[in-house]
Amino acid sequence: MSAGQVSFGRFVADCAAAGRLVVQPRMGFGDLRRMRAGLERTRFAAATTVGTVTIDSYTRVGAHAAARRALAEGTALNGYPIVAYPQETTRALLDGVRDDTFPVQVRHGSSRPESIIRALTAAGLDATEGGPVSYCLPYGRTPLRESVRHWARGCELLAERAPGTAHVESFGGCLLGQLCPPGLLVAISLLEALFFARHGIGSVSLSYAQQTNPDQDAEAVRALRRLAGEFLPAHVDRHVVLYTYMGVFPTTVGGARRLLEASARLAVRAGAQRLIVKTSAEAHRIPTVEENVRALETAAATAEATDTGGPEAPDTGVYAEARALVEAVLDLDVELGRALHAAFRRGLLDVPYCLHPDNAGQSRSWIDDSGWLRWSAVGRMPIRAAAPGDRPAMTSTRLLAALHTVARRYDH
Amino acid sequence: MALSQAARKVLLTGTVSDSHTWNLVFLELFLTEQGYAVDNLGPCVPVELLVRRCRAYAPDLVVVSSVNGHGYADGLAAVTALRAEPDLADVPVVIGGNLGLDGRDDAHRRARLRAAGYQAVFDDGDLLAFERYLTVLTGQPRTPVGRPA
Repeated sequence: MSAGQVSFGRFVADCAAAGRLVVQPRMGFGDLRRMRAGLERTRFAAATTVGTVTIDSYTRVGAHAAARRALAEGTALNGYPIVAYPQETTRALLDGVRDDTFPVQVRHGSSRPESIIRALTAAGLDATEGGPVSYCLPYGRTPLRESVRHWARGCELLAERAPGTAHVESFGGCLLGQLCPPGLLVAISLLEALFFARHGIGSVSLSYAQQTNPDQDAEAVRALRRLAGEFLPAHVDRHVVLYTYMGVFPTTVGGARRLLEASARLAVRAGAQRLIVKTSAEAHRIPTVEENVRALETAAATAEATDTGGPEAPDTGVYAEARALVEAVLDLDVELGRALHAAFRRGLLDVPYCLHPDNAGQSRSWIDDSGWLRWSAVGRMPIRAAAPGDRPAMTSTRLLAALHTVARRYDH
Repeated sequence: MALSQAARKVLLTGTVSDSHTWNLVFLELFLTEQGYAVDNLGPCVPVELLVRRCRAYAPDLVVVSSVNGHGYADGLAAVTALRAEPDLADVPVVIGGNLGLDGRDDAHRRARLRAAGYQAVFDDGDLLAFERYLTVLTGQPRTPVGRPA
Protein backbone atom coordinates (compact mmCIF):
# COMPACT_ATOMS: atom_id res chain seq x y z
CA MET A 1 0.00 0.00 0.00
CA SER A 2 1.25 3.45 -0.77
CA ALA A 3 0.91 5.25 2.54
CA GLY A 4 -0.70 8.43 1.32
CA GLN A 5 1.78 9.91 -1.18
CA VAL A 6 -1.17 11.94 -2.39
CA SER A 7 -3.17 13.20 0.58
CA PHE A 8 -6.96 13.38 0.83
CA GLY A 9 -6.86 17.18 0.41
CA ARG A 10 -4.47 17.03 -2.53
CA PHE A 11 -6.60 14.41 -4.30
CA VAL A 12 -9.72 16.57 -4.03
CA ALA A 13 -7.78 19.65 -5.19
CA ASP A 14 -6.43 17.77 -8.25
CA CYS A 15 -9.92 16.56 -9.18
CA ALA A 16 -11.34 20.07 -8.77
CA ALA A 17 -8.61 21.44 -11.05
CA ALA A 18 -9.65 18.84 -13.64
CA GLY A 19 -13.30 19.91 -13.28
CA ARG A 20 -14.48 16.76 -11.53
CA LEU A 21 -16.71 16.74 -8.43
CA VAL A 22 -15.57 14.14 -5.88
CA VAL A 23 -18.46 12.07 -4.53
CA GLN A 24 -18.41 10.02 -1.34
CA PRO A 25 -20.77 7.66 0.52
CA ARG A 26 -21.46 7.20 4.23
CA MET A 27 -20.60 3.54 4.73
CA GLY A 28 -19.50 1.34 7.61
CA PHE A 29 -19.80 -2.36 8.45
CA GLY A 30 -18.49 -4.45 11.33
CA ASP A 31 -18.06 -7.40 8.97
CA LEU A 32 -14.65 -7.28 7.23
CA ARG A 33 -15.75 -8.77 3.94
CA ARG A 34 -18.66 -6.37 3.58
CA MET A 35 -16.47 -3.39 4.52
CA ARG A 36 -13.87 -4.45 1.93
CA ALA A 37 -16.55 -4.97 -0.72
CA GLY A 38 -18.01 -1.55 0.09
CA LEU A 39 -14.65 0.15 -0.43
CA GLU A 40 -13.99 -1.76 -3.67
CA ARG A 41 -17.44 -1.03 -5.09
CA THR A 42 -17.03 2.65 -4.17
CA ARG A 43 -13.63 2.77 -5.85
CA PHE A 44 -14.85 1.19 -9.06
CA ALA A 45 -18.15 3.10 -9.30
CA ALA A 46 -18.60 5.17 -12.48
CA ALA A 47 -17.73 8.37 -10.62
CA THR A 48 -14.76 10.22 -9.10
CA THR A 49 -14.91 8.80 -5.59
CA VAL A 50 -13.18 8.71 -2.24
CA GLY A 51 -13.83 5.94 0.26
CA THR A 52 -15.47 6.06 3.66
CA VAL A 53 -15.06 3.92 6.76
CA THR A 54 -17.84 4.89 9.16
CA ILE A 55 -17.28 3.83 12.77
CA ASP A 56 -19.88 1.95 14.87
CA SER A 57 -21.71 3.60 17.78
CA TYR A 58 -19.92 1.61 20.55
CA THR A 59 -16.53 2.85 19.32
CA ARG A 60 -17.97 6.37 18.92
CA VAL A 61 -18.75 6.60 22.64
CA GLY A 62 -15.51 4.86 23.70
CA ALA A 63 -17.13 1.51 24.64
CA HIS A 64 -14.37 -0.54 22.99
CA ALA A 65 -14.93 -3.57 25.23
CA ALA A 66 -18.55 -3.73 24.03
CA ALA A 67 -17.34 -3.53 20.41
CA ARG A 68 -14.85 -6.38 21.04
CA ARG A 69 -17.59 -8.44 22.66
CA ALA A 70 -19.86 -7.89 19.65
CA LEU A 71 -17.05 -9.03 17.31
CA ALA A 72 -16.37 -12.12 19.42
CA GLU A 73 -20.08 -13.02 19.57
CA GLY A 74 -20.70 -12.24 15.92
CA THR A 75 -23.31 -9.56 16.76
CA ALA A 76 -23.84 -7.11 13.90
CA LEU A 77 -22.37 -3.63 14.47
CA ASN A 78 -23.64 -0.46 12.79
CA GLY A 79 -20.14 0.50 11.64
CA TYR A 80 -16.48 -0.52 11.51
CA PRO A 81 -14.96 -0.90 15.03
CA ILE A 82 -11.54 0.51 14.14
CA VAL A 83 -10.24 0.50 17.73
CA ALA A 84 -11.40 -3.04 18.56
CA TYR A 85 -9.85 -4.56 15.43
CA PRO A 86 -6.05 -5.06 15.48
CA GLN A 87 -4.24 -2.51 13.30
CA GLU A 88 -3.05 -5.34 11.00
CA THR A 89 -6.71 -6.11 10.27
CA THR A 90 -7.40 -2.54 9.18
CA ARG A 91 -4.19 -2.46 7.14
CA ALA A 92 -5.28 -5.66 5.38
CA LEU A 93 -8.75 -4.14 4.82
CA LEU A 94 -7.16 -1.20 2.98
CA ASP A 95 -4.34 -3.06 1.23
CA GLY A 96 -4.76 -2.95 -2.54
CA VAL A 97 -7.86 -0.74 -2.48
CA ARG A 98 -6.67 2.49 -0.87
CA ASP A 99 -3.93 4.26 -2.83
CA ASP A 100 -3.07 7.61 -4.42
CA THR A 101 -6.15 7.45 -6.65
CA PHE A 102 -8.50 6.37 -3.87
CA PRO A 103 -8.04 8.07 -0.49
CA VAL A 104 -10.16 6.87 2.43
CA GLN A 105 -11.70 8.97 5.21
CA VAL A 106 -12.77 7.77 8.66
CA ARG A 107 -16.14 9.20 9.81
CA HIS A 108 -17.19 8.69 13.40
CA GLY A 109 -19.16 11.32 15.37
CA SER A 110 -17.13 11.24 18.59
CA SER A 111 -16.60 14.13 20.99
CA ARG A 112 -13.54 12.21 22.31
CA PRO A 113 -11.75 11.23 19.09
CA GLU A 114 -8.22 10.43 20.35
CA SER A 115 -8.43 6.61 20.38
CA ILE A 116 -10.05 6.59 16.91
CA ILE A 117 -7.30 8.88 15.61
CA ARG A 118 -4.61 6.62 17.12
CA ALA A 119 -6.20 3.59 15.46
CA LEU A 120 -6.64 5.19 12.03
CA THR A 121 -3.08 6.55 11.89
CA ALA A 122 -1.70 3.19 13.07
CA ALA A 123 -3.38 1.67 10.00
CA GLY A 124 -1.78 4.30 7.72
CA LEU A 125 -4.85 6.55 7.33
CA ASP A 126 -4.73 10.34 7.72
CA ALA A 127 -8.20 11.80 7.03
CA THR A 128 -11.17 12.14 9.36
CA GLU A 129 -14.00 14.54 10.28
CA GLY A 130 -15.91 16.10 13.16
CA GLY A 131 -15.23 19.09 15.35
CA PRO A 132 -15.38 20.36 18.93
CA VAL A 133 -18.82 21.96 18.48
CA SER A 134 -20.43 19.91 15.72
CA TYR A 135 -19.69 16.53 17.35
CA CYS A 136 -20.72 17.74 20.79
CA LEU A 137 -23.78 20.00 20.86
CA PRO A 138 -26.15 18.01 18.65
CA TYR A 139 -25.38 14.62 20.24
CA GLY A 140 -25.65 13.98 23.92
CA ARG A 141 -24.35 15.77 26.95
CA THR A 142 -20.54 15.89 26.83
CA PRO A 143 -19.70 19.37 28.17
CA LEU A 144 -18.47 21.64 25.37
CA ARG A 145 -15.35 22.50 27.37
CA GLU A 146 -14.39 18.79 27.43
CA SER A 147 -15.11 18.29 23.75
CA VAL A 148 -12.90 21.29 22.91
CA ARG A 149 -10.05 19.79 24.97
CA HIS A 150 -10.42 16.36 23.36
CA TRP A 151 -10.58 17.78 19.85
CA ALA A 152 -7.51 19.98 20.40
CA ARG A 153 -5.59 16.90 21.51
CA GLY A 154 -7.06 14.82 18.68
CA CYS A 155 -5.94 17.32 16.02
CA GLU A 156 -2.43 17.55 17.47
CA LEU A 157 -2.23 13.76 17.58
CA LEU A 158 -3.28 13.46 13.93
CA ALA A 159 -0.86 16.19 12.82
CA GLU A 160 1.97 14.45 14.67
CA ARG A 161 1.20 10.94 13.42
CA ALA A 162 0.36 11.89 9.80
CA PRO A 163 2.79 14.76 9.17
CA GLY A 164 2.16 16.64 5.94
CA THR A 165 -1.01 14.76 4.97
CA ALA A 166 -3.39 15.05 7.97
CA HIS A 167 -6.87 16.15 6.87
CA VAL A 168 -9.88 17.06 9.03
CA GLU A 169 -13.35 18.00 7.78
CA SER A 170 -15.64 20.13 9.95
CA PHE A 171 -19.14 18.72 10.46
CA GLY A 172 -20.24 22.27 11.41
CA GLY A 173 -22.38 22.68 8.31
CA CYS A 174 -24.91 20.15 9.61
CA LEU A 175 -25.62 20.66 13.35
CA LEU A 176 -29.15 19.29 13.96
CA GLY A 177 -29.53 18.50 10.26
CA GLN A 178 -32.35 20.91 9.56
CA LEU A 179 -33.92 24.24 10.53
CA CYS A 180 -30.62 26.04 11.23
CA PRO A 181 -30.35 29.18 9.06
CA PRO A 182 -27.22 29.15 6.84
CA GLY A 183 -25.34 32.04 8.48
CA LEU A 184 -24.76 30.02 11.66
CA LEU A 185 -23.87 26.80 9.77
CA VAL A 186 -21.28 28.70 7.73
CA ALA A 187 -19.85 30.43 10.82
CA ILE A 188 -19.43 27.23 12.83
CA SER A 189 -17.89 25.36 9.89
CA LEU A 190 -15.39 28.19 9.40
CA LEU A 191 -14.55 28.44 13.11
CA GLU A 192 -13.98 24.69 13.40
CA ALA A 193 -11.72 24.65 10.33
CA LEU A 194 -9.74 27.50 11.89
CA PHE A 195 -9.60 25.50 15.15
CA PHE A 196 -8.13 22.49 13.27
CA ALA A 197 -5.55 24.73 11.57
CA ARG A 198 -4.50 26.27 14.86
CA HIS A 199 -3.96 22.79 16.27
CA GLY A 200 -1.57 21.80 13.51
CA ILE A 201 -3.81 20.42 10.72
CA GLY A 202 -2.48 21.49 7.30
CA SER A 203 -5.47 20.42 5.18
CA VAL A 204 -9.12 21.03 6.10
CA SER A 205 -12.56 20.88 4.55
CA LEU A 206 -15.51 23.09 5.42
CA SER A 207 -18.98 21.60 5.21
CA TYR A 208 -22.44 22.82 4.40
CA ALA A 209 -25.61 20.70 4.39
CA GLN A 210 -28.20 21.33 1.69
CA GLN A 211 -31.20 23.09 3.26
CA THR A 212 -34.57 24.20 1.94
CA ASN A 213 -33.88 26.64 -0.91
CA PRO A 214 -31.26 26.24 -3.69
CA ASP A 215 -30.58 29.99 -4.06
CA GLN A 216 -30.06 30.43 -0.33
CA ASP A 217 -27.83 27.33 -0.30
CA ALA A 218 -25.71 28.57 -3.23
CA GLU A 219 -25.24 31.89 -1.46
CA ALA A 220 -24.17 30.04 1.71
CA VAL A 221 -21.59 27.86 -0.07
CA ARG A 222 -20.11 30.95 -1.75
CA ALA A 223 -20.01 32.74 1.62
CA LEU A 224 -18.19 29.77 3.12
CA ARG A 225 -15.56 29.81 0.34
CA ARG A 226 -15.08 33.57 0.70
CA LEU A 227 -14.71 33.43 4.50
CA ALA A 228 -12.25 30.52 4.22
CA GLY A 229 -10.12 32.73 1.95
CA GLU A 230 -10.29 35.57 4.45
CA PHE A 231 -9.77 33.75 7.75
CA LEU A 232 -7.74 30.57 7.16
CA PRO A 233 -3.93 30.91 7.07
CA ALA A 234 -2.66 30.93 3.47
CA HIS A 235 -0.61 27.74 3.91
CA VAL A 236 -3.66 25.67 4.92
CA ASP A 237 -5.11 23.59 2.09
CA ARG A 238 -8.93 23.77 2.05
CA HIS A 239 -12.01 22.75 0.10
CA VAL A 240 -15.78 22.85 0.58
CA VAL A 241 -17.80 19.66 1.03
CA LEU A 242 -21.57 19.66 0.53
CA TYR A 243 -23.87 17.15 2.27
CA THR A 244 -27.01 16.06 0.49
CA TYR A 245 -30.01 17.00 2.68
CA MET A 246 -29.58 15.72 6.26
CA GLY A 247 -33.16 16.16 7.51
CA VAL A 248 -36.33 14.09 7.05
CA PHE A 249 -35.82 12.47 3.62
CA PRO A 250 -38.35 11.81 0.83
CA THR A 251 -39.85 8.33 1.11
CA THR A 252 -40.28 7.64 -2.62
CA VAL A 253 -37.40 6.45 -4.81
CA GLY A 254 -38.08 9.27 -7.29
CA GLY A 255 -38.26 11.93 -4.59
CA ALA A 256 -35.01 10.77 -3.01
CA ARG A 257 -33.26 10.73 -6.40
CA ARG A 258 -34.45 14.23 -7.32
CA LEU A 259 -33.23 15.62 -3.99
CA LEU A 260 -29.83 13.95 -4.51
CA GLU A 261 -29.64 15.38 -8.05
CA ALA A 262 -30.49 18.86 -6.75
CA SER A 263 -27.61 18.60 -4.27
CA ALA A 264 -25.19 17.59 -7.04
CA ARG A 265 -26.29 20.59 -9.15
CA LEU A 266 -25.89 22.85 -6.11
CA ALA A 267 -22.37 21.52 -5.45
CA VAL A 268 -21.22 22.27 -9.00
CA ARG A 269 -23.06 25.57 -9.34
CA ALA A 270 -21.83 26.99 -6.02
CA GLY A 271 -18.27 25.65 -6.28
CA ALA A 272 -18.13 22.86 -3.68
CA GLN A 273 -15.39 20.34 -4.54
CA ARG A 274 -16.81 17.26 -2.81
CA LEU A 275 -20.32 15.87 -2.18
CA ILE A 276 -21.42 13.33 0.43
CA VAL A 277 -24.49 11.59 -0.93
CA LYS A 278 -27.69 10.14 0.48
CA THR A 279 -29.40 7.10 -1.03
CA SER A 280 -32.97 6.20 -1.96
CA ALA A 281 -33.11 4.06 1.22
CA GLU A 282 -32.43 7.01 3.51
CA ALA A 283 -36.00 7.38 4.80
CA HIS A 284 -36.30 3.66 5.51
CA ARG A 285 -33.06 2.02 6.70
CA ILE A 286 -29.27 1.87 6.48
CA PRO A 287 -28.46 1.62 2.74
CA THR A 288 -26.80 -1.34 1.06
CA VAL A 289 -23.52 -1.03 -0.84
CA GLU A 290 -25.50 -1.35 -4.07
CA GLU A 291 -27.77 1.59 -3.16
CA ASN A 292 -24.72 3.66 -2.25
CA VAL A 293 -23.05 2.94 -5.60
CA ARG A 294 -26.24 3.93 -7.41
CA ALA A 295 -26.36 7.22 -5.47
CA LEU A 296 -22.69 7.95 -6.25
CA GLU A 297 -23.22 7.32 -9.97
CA THR A 298 -26.43 9.37 -10.10
CA ALA A 299 -24.73 12.30 -8.37
CA ALA A 300 -21.68 12.06 -10.64
CA ALA A 301 -23.81 11.97 -13.81
CA THR A 302 -25.82 15.01 -12.67
CA ALA A 303 -22.65 16.92 -11.77
CA GLU A 304 -21.16 16.09 -15.17
CA ALA A 305 -24.21 17.59 -16.89
CA THR A 306 -24.21 20.78 -14.80
CA ASP A 307 -22.38 23.97 -15.79
CA THR A 308 -20.21 25.63 -13.18
CA GLY A 309 -20.96 29.15 -12.07
CA GLY A 310 -24.17 30.35 -13.62
CA PRO A 311 -25.98 33.47 -12.52
CA GLU A 312 -25.01 34.64 -9.04
CA ALA A 313 -27.97 34.66 -6.70
CA PRO A 314 -28.57 38.07 -5.11
CA ASP A 315 -26.80 38.70 -1.79
CA THR A 316 -29.39 38.34 0.97
CA GLY A 317 -26.87 38.71 3.77
CA VAL A 318 -25.63 35.18 4.53
CA TYR A 319 -21.99 36.28 4.23
CA ALA A 320 -22.47 39.33 6.48
CA GLU A 321 -24.34 37.28 9.08
CA ALA A 322 -21.70 34.53 9.17
CA ARG A 323 -18.90 37.09 9.31
CA ALA A 324 -20.55 38.94 12.23
CA LEU A 325 -20.78 35.65 14.17
CA VAL A 326 -17.17 34.66 13.36
CA GLU A 327 -15.80 38.05 14.40
CA ALA A 328 -17.83 38.08 17.63
CA VAL A 329 -16.25 34.73 18.58
CA LEU A 330 -12.70 35.64 17.57
CA ASP A 331 -12.93 38.85 19.64
CA LEU A 332 -13.60 36.88 22.84
CA ASP A 333 -10.23 35.19 23.30
CA VAL A 334 -7.00 34.63 21.37
CA GLU A 335 -7.33 30.93 22.16
CA LEU A 336 -10.08 29.69 19.83
CA GLY A 337 -11.23 26.76 22.01
CA ARG A 338 -11.84 29.12 24.94
CA ALA A 339 -13.51 31.61 22.61
CA LEU A 340 -15.93 28.95 21.30
CA HIS A 341 -16.84 27.90 24.82
CA ALA A 342 -17.34 31.51 25.95
CA ALA A 343 -19.41 32.27 22.84
CA PHE A 344 -21.91 29.52 23.65
CA ARG A 345 -21.97 30.42 27.35
CA ARG A 346 -22.84 34.02 26.47
CA GLY A 347 -25.28 33.02 23.74
CA LEU A 348 -23.26 34.73 20.96
CA LEU A 349 -23.58 31.39 19.19
CA ASP A 350 -26.96 29.72 19.80
CA VAL A 351 -28.11 26.69 17.77
CA PRO A 352 -31.90 26.76 17.27
CA TYR A 353 -33.79 23.88 18.94
CA CYS A 354 -30.56 22.38 20.32
CA LEU A 355 -31.18 21.06 23.86
CA HIS A 356 -27.54 20.63 24.92
CA PRO A 357 -26.96 22.13 28.41
CA ASP A 358 -24.19 24.41 27.04
CA ASN A 359 -26.45 25.88 24.32
CA ALA A 360 -28.39 29.03 25.32
CA GLY A 361 -31.52 27.80 23.52
CA GLN A 362 -32.94 31.29 22.90
CA SER A 363 -32.79 31.22 19.10
CA ARG A 364 -35.63 30.01 16.84
CA SER A 365 -36.13 29.65 13.10
CA TRP A 366 -38.80 28.86 10.54
CA ILE A 367 -39.22 28.25 6.81
CA ASP A 368 -40.94 31.12 5.00
CA ASP A 369 -43.44 30.79 2.15
CA SER A 370 -40.65 30.85 -0.46
CA GLY A 371 -38.84 28.00 1.28
CA TRP A 372 -36.11 30.18 2.82
CA LEU A 373 -34.82 29.45 6.31
CA ARG A 374 -35.23 32.52 8.53
CA TRP A 375 -34.50 33.55 12.10
CA SER A 376 -37.58 34.22 14.21
CA ALA A 377 -35.46 34.77 17.33
CA VAL A 378 -31.70 35.28 17.59
CA GLY A 379 -31.29 35.37 21.38
CA ARG A 380 -28.06 37.24 22.11
CA MET A 381 -26.38 36.52 18.76
CA PRO A 382 -25.07 39.69 17.04
CA ILE A 383 -27.40 39.30 14.04
CA ARG A 384 -30.98 40.28 13.21
CA ALA A 385 -34.23 38.31 13.22
CA ALA A 386 -37.06 38.92 10.75
CA ALA A 387 -39.46 41.78 11.50
CA PRO A 388 -41.92 40.83 14.28
CA GLY A 389 -44.95 40.91 11.99
CA ASP A 390 -43.31 38.42 9.59
CA ARG A 391 -42.49 35.65 12.01
CA PRO A 392 -45.09 33.12 13.03
CA ALA A 393 -44.87 31.50 16.47
CA MET A 394 -43.57 27.93 16.26
CA THR A 395 -46.20 25.40 17.27
CA SER A 396 -45.95 21.62 17.41
CA THR A 397 -48.01 21.38 14.21
CA ARG A 398 -45.85 23.96 12.40
CA LEU A 399 -42.68 22.22 13.60
CA LEU A 400 -43.81 18.90 12.08
CA ALA A 401 -44.72 20.67 8.84
CA ALA A 402 -41.33 22.42 8.75
CA LEU A 403 -39.40 19.22 9.42
CA HIS A 404 -41.22 17.54 6.49
CA THR A 405 -41.12 20.49 4.05
CA VAL A 406 -38.35 19.11 1.84
CA ALA A 407 -39.62 15.51 1.88
CA ARG A 408 -43.11 16.71 0.91
CA ARG A 409 -41.79 18.89 -1.92
CA TYR A 410 -39.71 16.11 -3.49
CA ASP A 411 -42.18 13.25 -2.97
CA HIS A 412 -44.70 14.97 -5.27
CA MET B 1 -56.10 27.59 30.31
CA ALA B 2 -57.79 25.85 33.22
CA LEU B 3 -56.42 26.69 36.63
CA SER B 4 -56.10 23.06 37.59
CA GLN B 5 -53.84 22.67 34.57
CA ALA B 6 -51.74 25.80 35.03
CA ALA B 7 -49.67 24.42 37.85
CA ARG B 8 -49.03 21.05 36.23
CA LYS B 9 -45.41 20.26 35.57
CA VAL B 10 -44.00 17.70 33.16
CA LEU B 11 -40.45 16.38 33.25
CA LEU B 12 -39.63 15.41 29.64
CA THR B 13 -36.62 13.21 28.94
CA GLY B 14 -34.78 11.19 26.30
CA THR B 15 -33.17 7.86 27.21
CA VAL B 16 -29.53 7.21 27.99
CA SER B 17 -28.47 5.83 24.59
CA ASP B 18 -30.71 8.01 22.41
CA SER B 19 -29.19 11.16 20.89
CA HIS B 20 -32.33 12.20 18.96
CA THR B 21 -33.58 15.73 19.65
CA TRP B 22 -36.49 16.57 17.32
CA ASN B 23 -38.91 14.21 19.14
CA LEU B 24 -38.16 16.08 22.39
CA VAL B 25 -38.46 19.52 20.76
CA PHE B 26 -41.83 18.49 19.32
CA LEU B 27 -43.12 17.08 22.63
CA GLU B 28 -42.07 20.20 24.54
CA LEU B 29 -44.11 22.36 22.14
CA PHE B 30 -47.02 19.91 22.25
CA LEU B 31 -47.13 19.74 26.06
CA THR B 32 -46.74 23.52 26.40
CA GLU B 33 -49.71 23.95 24.06
CA GLN B 34 -51.69 21.60 26.32
CA GLY B 35 -51.01 23.99 29.21
CA TYR B 36 -48.16 22.19 30.93
CA ALA B 37 -44.95 23.69 32.29
CA VAL B 38 -42.17 21.55 30.77
CA ASP B 39 -38.64 20.84 31.97
CA ASN B 40 -36.96 19.30 28.92
CA LEU B 41 -33.87 17.29 29.94
CA GLY B 42 -32.85 16.67 26.33
CA PRO B 43 -31.23 13.55 24.83
CA CYS B 44 -28.85 10.94 26.38
CA VAL B 45 -30.09 11.27 29.97
CA PRO B 46 -28.44 8.87 32.44
CA VAL B 47 -30.83 7.47 35.09
CA GLU B 48 -28.97 9.21 37.95
CA LEU B 49 -29.64 12.58 36.32
CA LEU B 50 -33.29 11.67 35.76
CA VAL B 51 -33.69 10.73 39.44
CA ARG B 52 -31.95 13.93 40.61
CA ARG B 53 -34.01 16.22 38.39
CA CYS B 54 -37.22 14.41 39.24
CA ARG B 55 -36.59 15.05 42.92
CA ALA B 56 -35.66 18.72 42.38
CA TYR B 57 -38.47 19.58 39.95
CA ALA B 58 -41.25 17.52 41.60
CA PRO B 59 -43.17 17.00 38.34
CA ASP B 60 -46.82 15.89 38.11
CA LEU B 61 -45.84 13.62 35.22
CA VAL B 62 -42.61 12.19 33.74
CA VAL B 63 -42.65 11.66 29.95
CA VAL B 64 -39.93 9.37 28.52
CA SER B 65 -39.42 9.53 24.72
CA SER B 66 -37.28 7.08 22.75
CA VAL B 67 -36.88 6.66 18.98
CA ASN B 68 -33.52 4.87 18.52
CA GLY B 69 -34.79 1.32 18.92
CA HIS B 70 -33.39 0.75 22.42
CA GLY B 71 -36.54 2.08 24.11
CA TYR B 72 -37.54 -1.15 25.86
CA ALA B 73 -34.22 -1.73 27.58
CA ASP B 74 -33.44 1.93 28.32
CA GLY B 75 -37.04 2.71 29.33
CA LEU B 76 -37.12 -0.23 31.72
CA ALA B 77 -33.92 0.94 33.42
CA ALA B 78 -35.26 4.50 33.73
CA VAL B 79 -38.57 3.60 35.40
CA THR B 80 -36.94 0.98 37.62
CA ALA B 81 -34.53 3.63 38.93
CA LEU B 82 -37.39 6.05 39.67
CA ARG B 83 -39.51 3.39 41.38
CA ALA B 84 -36.56 2.40 43.56
CA GLU B 85 -36.65 5.83 45.25
CA PRO B 86 -39.36 5.85 47.96
CA ASP B 87 -40.09 9.57 47.52
CA LEU B 88 -40.50 9.16 43.73
CA ALA B 89 -42.43 5.91 43.77
CA ASP B 90 -45.80 7.59 43.13
CA VAL B 91 -45.06 10.06 40.33
CA PRO B 92 -46.83 8.97 37.13
CA VAL B 93 -44.39 7.96 34.37
CA VAL B 94 -45.26 7.26 30.72
CA ILE B 95 -43.13 6.25 27.72
CA GLY B 96 -43.60 6.59 23.98
CA GLY B 97 -41.91 6.74 20.57
CA ASN B 98 -40.51 3.93 18.45
CA LEU B 99 -39.53 1.60 21.22
CA GLY B 100 -38.15 -1.50 19.51
CA LEU B 101 -35.99 -2.33 16.52
CA ASP B 102 -38.49 -4.96 15.40
CA GLY B 103 -42.13 -5.84 16.02
CA ARG B 104 -41.35 -9.04 17.92
CA ASP B 105 -43.42 -9.78 21.04
CA ASP B 106 -44.47 -6.15 21.53
CA ALA B 107 -47.44 -6.95 23.78
CA HIS B 108 -45.15 -8.83 26.14
CA ARG B 109 -42.64 -6.00 26.26
CA ARG B 110 -45.38 -3.40 26.78
CA ALA B 111 -46.67 -5.47 29.70
CA ARG B 112 -43.18 -5.62 31.18
CA LEU B 113 -42.82 -1.84 30.93
CA ARG B 114 -46.16 -1.35 32.69
CA ALA B 115 -45.35 -3.91 35.34
CA ALA B 116 -42.10 -2.04 36.01
CA GLY B 117 -44.05 1.15 36.70
CA TYR B 118 -45.15 2.93 33.51
CA GLN B 119 -48.77 4.10 33.70
CA ALA B 120 -49.05 4.00 29.94
CA VAL B 121 -46.97 2.95 26.91
CA PHE B 122 -47.43 4.81 23.60
CA ASP B 123 -45.53 2.69 21.10
CA ASP B 124 -45.35 3.86 17.47
CA GLY B 125 -45.66 7.45 18.72
CA ASP B 126 -49.45 7.27 19.18
CA LEU B 127 -50.05 10.98 19.79
CA LEU B 128 -53.86 10.78 19.92
CA ALA B 129 -53.71 8.18 22.69
CA PHE B 130 -51.21 10.38 24.53
CA GLU B 131 -53.52 13.39 24.22
CA ARG B 132 -56.43 11.35 25.61
CA TYR B 133 -54.22 10.19 28.47
CA LEU B 134 -53.35 13.82 29.34
CA THR B 135 -57.02 14.78 29.35
CA VAL B 136 -57.86 12.03 31.80
CA LEU B 137 -54.81 12.83 33.94
CA THR B 138 -55.82 16.48 34.17
CA GLY B 139 -59.42 15.66 35.06
CA GLN B 140 -58.52 13.12 37.72
CA PRO B 141 -55.26 14.09 39.32
CA ARG B 142 -53.02 11.30 40.61
CA THR B 143 -55.39 8.56 39.49
CA PRO B 144 -53.58 5.71 37.84
CA VAL B 145 -54.76 5.39 34.26
CA GLY B 146 -54.69 2.18 32.35
CA ARG B 147 -52.54 0.41 34.90
CA PRO B 148 -52.85 -3.33 34.48
CA ALA B 149 -54.72 -5.11 37.23
